[in-house]
Amino acid sequence: MTENFFIYLLVIAGVTYLVRMLPMVLVKKKITNTFIRSFLYYVPYAVLGVMTVPAIFYSTSYLASAIVGFIVACVLAYFEKSLLTVAASACGAVLVCELIIKYVIA
Amino acid sequence: MKEENSFIRGIKDGIPICLGYLSVSFAFGIFSVENGLAIWEALLISMTCVTSAGQLAGVPIIATGGSFIELAATQLIINLRYSLMSVSLSQKLGKSVKMADRFLISFVNTDEVFAVSSGKEESVGKKYMFGLILTPYLGWSTGTLLGAVAGNILPAIVISALGIAIYGMFVAIVIPAAKRERSVALCVCVAIALGCAFTYVPVINRLSSGFVIIICSVAASALFAVLSPLPPENSTEEVENND
Repeated sequence: MTENFFIYLLVIAGVTYLVRMLPMVLVKKKITNTFIRSFLYYVPYAVLGVMTVPAIFYSTSYLASAIVGFIVACVLAYFEKSLLTVAASACGAVLVCELIIKYVIA
Repeated sequence: MKEENSFIRGIKDGIPICLGYLSVSFAFGIFSVENGLAIWEALLISMTCVTSAGQLAGVPIIATGGSFIELAATQLIINLRYSLMSVSLSQKLGKSVKMADRFLISFVNTDEVFAVSSGKEESVGKKYMFGLILTPYLGWSTGTLLGAVAGNILPAIVISALGIAIYGMFVAIVIPAAKRERSVALCVCVAIALGCAFTYVPVINRLSSGFVIIICSVAASALFAVLSPLPPENSTEEVENND
């Protein structure tokens, strides 16, 4: 078992729940402050961007396969394919790429 | 105002979300075990958090014994968007939704659940919401368990390929939004540039991943909230974004 696991679990689940629960239970009026609304609008995209690049390039066994997977994901996402399609195609591209690296090139 | 309150229709509307979650949580399960968590630990995290980006950022902190403050702050920032969604959804809930129900509905107020319920013409009732959160919740938990278990069975090359799945999903969320809104695209670029600096520039690259996410996303979002604010309220429906 991971050290202090249950304390970590309490923190991660507690914060996540409070952030969702408190506004739904307490706030009845809409947020009107433009800065806060705009800030909250950008946050998810900025977070996902930081979490994806550069981490995505280290998410597979080879840098080359990760780059191919990333490009495939970007192209499909640009054409607004579903989350499932984009994620699965990126995985497929990585798999094909690594099979080539392993059995054809090496 | 009419109220949508069919449990069965809630379940049905939740099925596409459930399928999407199965694949993503499968990848999360693998990711957790690779980081050194036990299978049941990964499952418990999914069953108590129900949030992709937050969990993905949280696991390395937990696995490496990071500070509780860092974990809490990371979750607060990454999940802050849910506050806005909860506020918005609270105005959409019908009369059948009592105070006690809000404690349960908010627990599974994910980006997708929010997107589907706000897309309804009518207000949404208690039974409908319970159905709508049930299927995605089961998908999220089951997928995590399968991924965590499969992580020990599947060959290395398959695990390697699945490692990119969650990031693929993030790409699928960000790119369409960036394509539609120039300011979103620029904001993401600024955030990524800052993130890369914290990854590669000596000295500051010692900062842990959780704080890097917070600093970069807060800085970029605040910058663009000033440079390119949303239009004033009630001119647009600001219900966008899915995870």
